[in-house]
Amino acid sequence: MHKTIIAALALAALSFSADAETIQERAVACFACHGEHGTSETENTPSLGGQQAPYALIQLFMFREKLRVFEPMNEMAKPMTDDDLRTFSDFIATLPKPTPPTEAGDPARMARGQALAQQNRCNSCHNTDFSGKDNVPRIANQREDYLAKTLAEYKDNSRHGYDATMADVMQTVAKEQIGDLAYYVAHFR
Amino acid sequence: MKKHSFAPRSLLLAGAMLGAFTLSAAAQQPAAAPAAGAAPAAQPLPPGSPLIGRPDNEAAAKLAPVAPPPLPSAPDKLPLAKLKVPAGFNVEVYAAGMANARSLALGDKGTVFVGSRLVDKVYAIVNKDGKRSVKVIASGLYRPNGVAFKDGTLYIAELSKVSKIDKIEDNLDNPPKPTVIYDKLPKDEAHGWKFIAIGPDNKLYVPVGQPGNNVLHDADHGQIRRMNLDGSGAEVYALGVRNSVGFDWNPETKQMYFTDNGRDWLSETVPEDELNRVTKAGEDFGAPFCYQGNIIDQELGWGKNCKDYTAPVGLMGPHTASLGMRFYTGSQFPKGYKNAIFVARHGSWNKSQKQGGDVVVVKLNKDGTAKSMEPFLTGFLEDNKYVGRPVDVMLLKDGSLLVSDDWNGAVYRVSYGKPKVANQ
Ligand code: HEC
Ligand code: HEC
Repeated sequence: MHKTIIAALALAALSFSADAETIQERAVACFACHGEHGTSETENTPSLGGQQAPYALIQLFMFREKLRVFEPMNEMAKPMTDDDLRTFSDFIATLPKPTPPTEAGDPARMARGQALAQQNRCNSCHNTDFSGKDNVPRIANQREDYLAKTLAEYKDNSRHGYDATMADVMQTVAKEQIGDLAYYVAHFR
Repeated sequence: MKKHSFAPRSLLLAGAMLGAFTLSAAAQQPAAAPAAGAAPAAQPLPPGSPLIGRPDNEAAAKLAPVAPPPLPSAPDKLPLAKLKVPAGFNVEVYAAGMANARSLALGDKGTVFVGSRLVDKVYAIVNKDGKRSVKVIASGLYRPNGVAFKDGTLYIAELSKVSKIDKIEDNLDNPPKPTVIYDKLPKDEAHGWKFIAIGPDNKLYVPVGQPGNNVLHDADHGQIRRMNLDGSGAEVYALGVRNSVGFDWNPETKQMYFTDNGRDWLSETVPEDELNRVTKAGEDFGAPFCYQGNIIDQELGWGKNCKDYTAPVGLMGPHTASLGMRFYTGSQFPKGYKNAIFVARHGSWNKSQKQGGDVVVVKLNKDGTAKSMEPFLTGFLEDNKYVGRPVDVMLLKDGSLLVSDDWNGAVYRVSYGKPKVANQ
């Protein structure tokens, strides 16, 4: 089912005269899953708003080359040229970043998550406000379900990072700790 | 490629349990919403964390591993004009457009094979009828960093297996898939990518790095193995190796020399990367207990003595990431380079003022220890940022030197004498 939607979206987005279309028009296909204003409302699908352009470029490249495997994204990226990859990643970075939740979040879970994030120095690469830099992604206020899913996939290495960094980090994070970490990062204010 | 055994990490498990324990204690405290800024002191890092030793200060917060751009640079965007070589030498672009170009190997018929680490490909730079072109000869591989060539066969090292393609140079347009010869290797990501080479004993040498920055590990890690060219008869050749990504054999003594990367986060100035020499099989070079021959590790070195390990014959600078190395056995360069070692230093990340990002030449004393280290190919580092990063060096038959650059996905050629177009 997914496949046909994707094929249709990919067609709409990419195949007819890419030149004539603005990036805003081409990105409509992406918004269907990733949310229109940078914030995703789709289960397990990351928000893209305010993402670091170099990180987004790496991920789009990895999807195109099938180095990162998620079939709908592999299909979306397949017809992209190098310039397309650059255009989309630069555009993604200009979308508004996801806003922090208005409510503070469950204090006990926040405290556990914060202690874990500090203990594992998640802020050392992702920045103290988790906004990321260069190839290190923004994770602040990312969807909780996606965070938990992708951290678990780094841990069992079913998501291959561009390099070994996150696999190395996740070696010392226990499976049971991922839930609290994801909760904290998603609710970070 | 999904199942990974993290079995030998009982220590880490203990760390995780400790973490869980302290956390539940924290959770029982009257829970106030955590305010940024008023954060309590962080728990100690779990043992084995890649960040062990990292201080909690602003300078350290600026440092993280540097990732190269994924797309190779267009030939006209390469930093060629910025590169410097000693007087009398020339540098030119040999080939470009190879994303993440890493280790180099030379075929009998002049084909240059190029591995990669962050993509899935092995490339061939083909010289035919005076024209040079780049082909992808294998793809869908997992971190195929290592390449070696012997008697018509190309050997490829992925993260956890070694494979080969026979008669590769006769089949460059339609090469068969590589066949696996050895896969009894751990699957750790950290220091899992491999440099490989074939020694004068006609054996294939395969390193297995430590599975982290500074970790205790089982008997399958932290070593260099050697095996027959069909993958049989594997044995451990050198121990106490943290992460070697380059080796070669002294043409006079036939002893193996290898570079080894020192640990992160100990300090800005030490430990330095090592240039080591193996004088007999089974020697232990100290990691993770002793670094650079004279530093007992702060965490893991208690009760250990550097005297119990083989000291390096040369020091390559702190965090410089000394990778590929080759003895200069050609005759094109001036006499002083004969049997000297060219070393590609990928360049530091774990250092405020970046260091390395160049090719240096190490000249040896009569006793085989390092006498001097001089810059040879520089200019990749500009305003504390990389415009390129050398990974491997390799001689062509005419005595010129190739240098790979994974930042730009290119290979350069350094020659001596009147500039002329490469031909071999
Ligand atoms: C069918 C839904 C769908 C469509 C359409 C789609 N994506 Fe995605 N995208 C996803 C999902 C789901 C993921 C996360 C995959 C995973 O779990 O690894 C993702 C991941 C990404 C990522 C990586 C984000 C990160 O934080 O790692 C980028 C960048 C991205 N998509 C960009 C795009 C662009 C650009 C388009 C349009 C050309 C697009 N996507 C269209 C579903 C979609
Ligand atoms: C040493 C640097 C470093 C540290 C420490 C680190 N990260 Fe990362 N993180 C990275 C890099 C680099 C990436 C991109 C990896 C890739 O290519 O997939 C990343 C990716 C991620 C992603 C994927 C985001 C997305 O949009 O898909 C999440 C989530 C994440 N990190 C969370 C964490 C958490 C939680 C911690 C602490 C337990 C942490 N990181 C510690 C460097 C780091």
